[in-house]
Amino acid sequence: MSPKTLYDKIWDAHLAHEAEDGTCLLYIDRHLVHEVTSPQAFEGLRMAGRTVRAPDKTIAVPDHNVPTTEGRENPEAMTEDSRIQVAALDTNAKDFGIHYYPVSDIRQGIVHIVGPEQGWTLPGMTVVCGDSHTATHGAFGALAHGIGTSEVEHVLATQTLIQQKSKNMKVEITGKLKPGVTAKDITLAVIGETGTAGGTGYVIEYCGEAIRDLSMEGRMTVCNMAIEGGARAGLIAPDEKTYQYVKGRPHAPKAGHWEQAMEWWKTLYSDEDAHWDKVVTLKGEEIEPVVTWGTSPEDVLPITASVPAPEDFEGGKVDAARRALDYMGLKAGQKLTDIEIDTVFIGSCTNGRIEDLRAAAEILKGKKIKVKRAMIVPGSGLVRAQAEEEGLADIFKEAGFEWRLAGCSMCLAMNPDQLSEGERCAATSNRNFEGRQGYKGRTHLVSPAMAAAAAVTGHLTDVREMT
Amino acid sequence: MMEKFDKLTGIAAPLPLVNIDTDMIIPKQFLKTIKRSGLGVNLFDEMRYDRQGNEVEDFVLNKPQYRDAQILVAGDNFGCGSSREHAPWALLDFGIRCVISTSFADIFYNNCFKNGILPIVVSPEEHAKLMDDAERGANAVLTVDLENQTISGPDGGEIGFEVDPWRKHCLLNGLDDIGLTFEKSASIDAFEAKASAERPWV
Ligand code: SF4
Repeated sequence: MSPKTLYDKIWDAHLAHEAEDGTCLLYIDRHLVHEVTSPQAFEGLRMAGRTVRAPDKTIAVPDHNVPTTEGRENPEAMTEDSRIQVAALDTNAKDFGIHYYPVSDIRQGIVHIVGPEQGWTLPGMTVVCGDSHTATHGAFGALAHGIGTSEVEHVLATQTLIQQKSKNMKVEITGKLKPGVTAKDITLAVIGETGTAGGTGYVIEYCGEAIRDLSMEGRMTVCNMAIEGGARAGLIAPDEKTYQYVKGRPHAPKAGHWEQAMEWWKTLYSDEDAHWDKVVTLKGEEIEPVVTWGTSPEDVLPITASVPAPEDFEGGKVDAARRALDYMGLKAGQKLTDIEIDTVFIGSCTNGRIEDLRAAAEILKGKKIKVKRAMIVPGSGLVRAQAEEEGLADIFKEAGFEWRLAGCSMCLAMNPDQLSEGERCAATSNRNFEGRQGYKGRTHLVSPAMAAAAAVTGHLTDVREMT
Repeated sequence: MMEKFDKLTGIAAPLPLVNIDTDMIIPKQFLKTIKRSGLGVNLFDEMRYDRQGNEVEDFVLNKPQYRDAQILVAGDNFGCGSSREHAPWALLDFGIRCVISTSFADIFYNNCFKNGILPIVVSPEEHAKLMDDAERGANAVLTVDLENQTISGPDGGEIGFEVDPWRKHCLLNGLDDIGLTFEKSASIDAFEAKASAERPWV
């Protein structure tokens, strides 16, 4: 048999049909659903008198619109549009008999945090969701990517997706990370290297010692942003850490099946001499804590650097950089650490897990914030409960942070959590596009520790100087 | 979800305006919906209602004889502008199953087929004839036969039209992507049986 990549192996194991023209039907093991991209899909099913083919493999949770303030059960807490979208998901979940975590359930949270937490996401699976950050689930060695509303309907009805195969790309991070450098810095550094289109047409497999050393939380952060690098999916081969994370979760395989599952999972790695269409290698020890200065996730620099000038770039990027600097209100040559911050947002499917909160708490312990507003939005109700149990919530509150309920919140500002015009935010989320966190709001993407450091000093800060 | 289209006999409404864009078909304030359906009341909203929301008497679809129109005979370059699938959704919800023009914007043309609407391109001469037929009010009944690729007017005259064979096949059989995948159900069933034996924990 010819050598295969991990992606090839998962693909082959899910191929339900292949037409002569190469169009394939890929069988989907887990379909995650949220309130914004699903209403028309369910409506389509209803109009055609169709059902959900595999309700058991379909899991829904509202996250994008939901308020993250106390008292959110009160219908007044949401705008009418949002209320209707969430109510539609309630009804659809009930009518079609799919698994559902309503806002009132402690397990509710961001769909990409809930999936792994509940053991829905397992190695070797195919996972889709009407959301581009589905790539997150690749951390388990699952083939996971975002789909559009018509495709959501297609998966609901047929449990398959019409697909053409992507190319294979290997991103290797060798060696050890230096202190203060995290998974977020790795993933941003990779995008800085490849650009936001570098992964277009590829599925990325992340490997190398620095990736192996990451916890499952860290691996999810890395895969989460594969999409910002242009790839539809990011993957990391499962190992002992993966199995330990999965074991005992509510929907993980139980005894009997567990051994059988392990047997297969252990075959999920890229063969020694598998073919790669593209290879990128970064040295772990050369990665610094990074921050974005512009309005694209590829606008990455080490925190020790200064704001670049448009002339530092070539081609179309010159104008893009000029526009970005103007939008961000920055001057070329200004030190990144001199950039003052108004708001700090810690949360999102990139960095809203317990380990992220621990990293922030470590910096914030016994300190007070110097920014106008700082909020922590745990990725799920369970993350929130655990943080309270560990005493992290008290640290945040004493430092002056708002301690929120679970949801997407200021990651995309579809709920009331938004930046106002000109406000500058250090955010642990994944997109710094114009207007992403509010009209004319300015976003700097950072790791949770860097966000906490900025909250304490009031400006972008090298976290390594905090200890 | 797609309704079959084989033979349609219905009232044709004349809309001779050229360059009707998707914003005119369904303005952007109606895109925040959770539905594909229900957009029919807002079809051509800004031409159909005044600012107080009252019907504009002159607008063709408000005239008693055209309120049940199922066919539109429209001016050149119909459906230009944004790619919103809300445009065919709104037409369909109103009851329009066929649009006839001398040319269509590309994306809109494609979107029609995905939603069970037949867009037909005819020559300027044929277009003039059909526009004339459509202007006859309650007598403006056209029959569109997709199988035979003909349009016949109230006077019995017949006009032929072209359509891509694959798209014709899908429309005739009411096949959308989902419908086509259903044709491969046996493969999916077989896959599912095999997978649940090999990976029962999934
Ligand atoms: S947290 Fe942000 S990126 Fe993640 S699913 Fe929610 S809106 Fe999307």
